[in-house]
Amino acid sequence: MDAFSQLLNGFAVALTPINLLWCLVGTTLGTAIGVLPGLGPALTIALLLPITFKVEPTAAFILFAGIYYGAMYGGSTTSILLNTPGESATIVTALEGNKMARNGRAGAALATAAIGSFVAGTIGTLGITFLAPIVVDWALKFGPADYFSLMVLAFVTVSAVLGSSAVRGLAALFFGIWLGLIGVDLQTGQARFTFGLPELLDGINVIVVAVGLFAVGETLYVGSRYRLGKDEIIPLSGSLWMTAEEWKRSWKPWLRGTAIGFPIGAMPAGGAEIPTFLSYYIEKKLTSRPQEFGKGAIEGVAGPEAANNASAAGVLVPMLTLGLPTSATAAIMLSAFQSYGINPGPLLLESQPHLVWGLIASLFIGNVMLLVLNLPLIAVWVKLLQIPAPILYAGILVFATIGTYGITQSPVDLILLYLVGGIGYLMRRYDFPAAPVIIGMILGPLAEQNFRQAMTISAGDWTVFFTRPLSAIILALAALALFGPKLYALAVRPKPDHVPGDA
Amino acid sequence: MASGGTPQERFARLRPAIGETIIGAGVLVLAIVMVWQTLSIPVSPIYAQVGPTIVPIITALALGMLGILLLVDAVQGGWQTAEEKEVTPDRTALLWIIAGLVLNVLLITSAGFTIASVILFVCVARGFGSKAIVRDALIGAAFALVAYIGFAKTLGINIGSGLVENAIERVIGSEGG
Repeated sequence: MDAFSQLLNGFAVALTPINLLWCLVGTTLGTAIGVLPGLGPALTIALLLPITFKVEPTAAFILFAGIYYGAMYGGSTTSILLNTPGESATIVTALEGNKMARNGRAGAALATAAIGSFVAGTIGTLGITFLAPIVVDWALKFGPADYFSLMVLAFVTVSAVLGSSAVRGLAALFFGIWLGLIGVDLQTGQARFTFGLPELLDGINVIVVAVGLFAVGETLYVGSRYRLGKDEIIPLSGSLWMTAEEWKRSWKPWLRGTAIGFPIGAMPAGGAEIPTFLSYYIEKKLTSRPQEFGKGAIEGVAGPEAANNASAAGVLVPMLTLGLPTSATAAIMLSAFQSYGINPGPLLLESQPHLVWGLIASLFIGNVMLLVLNLPLIAVWVKLLQIPAPILYAGILVFATIGTYGITQSPVDLILLYLVGGIGYLMRRYDFPAAPVIIGMILGPLAEQNFRQAMTISAGDWTVFFTRPLSAIILALAALALFGPKLYALAVRPKPDHVPGDA
Repeated sequence: MASGGTPQERFARLRPAIGETIIGAGVLVLAIVMVWQTLSIPVSPIYAQVGPTIVPIITALALGMLGILLLVDAVQGGWQTAEEKEVTPDRTALLWIIAGLVLNVLLITSAGFTIASVILFVCVARGFGSKAIVRDALIGAAFALVAYIGFAKTLGINIGSGLVENAIERVIGSEGG
């Protein structure tokens, strides 16, 4: 069966009225939380995880995927009109987009962002359709040792390569792995790190950690520096219809952004920041009017927005085919799979074709919905930006509390939530990335499982990770990613009289 | 680390940063506690080779090493960006928000989540500079009710009961929470 006929079956699943409704709810909710500062897709999906007890998996994942894609669209609106990037991946959009809005061209900026997102999202989803079966064929040959090495590679890239500091990224990662270790070891029944608390035997719920870091920590951080610094919302201005010239200047950056974003997202490294920055610099290099960059160049919105959405699509490839999440949102989606007892991995496409292909088809449909939601209906979302911060953040904390308390009705979970929130605040203030904590917490136990399986198969021989060629290559790549930048910096060490900052 | 810059700048960088030192030390202490906790896990000889303690020990050792690296960074002047360093956190705002969280934990089992949520809402809004307590309380109550209906009724989550919840249940006349 080829991917195309599988996809047609997927459309049959996604086009049922009830699944269309889930898709609409997801994309609408996703756009809303993307627009609102302080709320993101990882937090929202975490709060909605209990839905996995109520609805069937296909519906839940259509909803989650809608939120995931929608947040990318909504985030660009906030970047352009408020200059406060709602999502980290839309920082670059704010550079040129906010300048365009200040020059009275908000309409064109929003249009090129939305259409670029649509183009990239659609091509990216096509990419998933054709790449996923290929990766699966390849991944079926993986043994536990190879999987473990692949997870090590993902750990290194998401924590050490993407952030501002390898040490802080890895510290966040290992903190997350530790959180994931808390509870009863499933293989031996031993309690680990429970400090004698019976509440900790089942482990710490990922909802508690995700909501603590992303809602409580974020609110404390924003509150601590809110004071009188008001953000200025730039009113909608300029036509939403792009002129012929704006189309002409946008379409190539859309395609280039997609070409950069999708492959990087699909690698077991993931992350949307690198492709957006890369796209921005490439557009800056290629443009025929470099003088406009920094003052509101449409190419600087079109390229990074496309790269952002294409990489979001790319991230789903390792997630669905290898069970390897490379962003906080993907990690939370993986825990949703686990809550259904489904293991994402090479067998997922065989065992759950309805789920996977229905999900992929709904991504195509969701992209169309999002284009409609984000262009003709843009004025509705702008209204959301006018919610005063005290109400917004107080509401976020109330929802976070209720969503967490609801899992077990245990005050212990609430205390944990607020403690994690305090840690999240310190992490924000001292520049530790939050995503590695979530990824470590969810992927850590899987890595341990593969590690122990590999060691059992090899009868306790540690060299198994280096004697299997695939595993050895992947570990070598991980070492290169971790130490390469340091070694490179040593090799091209600047001369003593070198003035910093002129490179 | 200390290449470039005037001697004064280099000196400023070399002064240990307090916040960063505490964080580095905290990570190191966590690692030590982890080693101590791991050693107290009994290991059956059947699993001796790949038992439940191997990954915890690796994690603890890695965190310990990272804690030391963080401490080294901290002693050399820390890593916070200049922009972040200049901002003194707004203590009043933080205290209001923390007060709201603490009151919420204390009250949620006894007074019920609606009342606890309203108090949390008012405190956080106050932390963000809102002075309209009555308005905030009303909005907070509306929020709590929407959340109650959303979570309890739609997602089927039991979020406990209190004065307000029982009253709602009586009015709607459905099964108790």
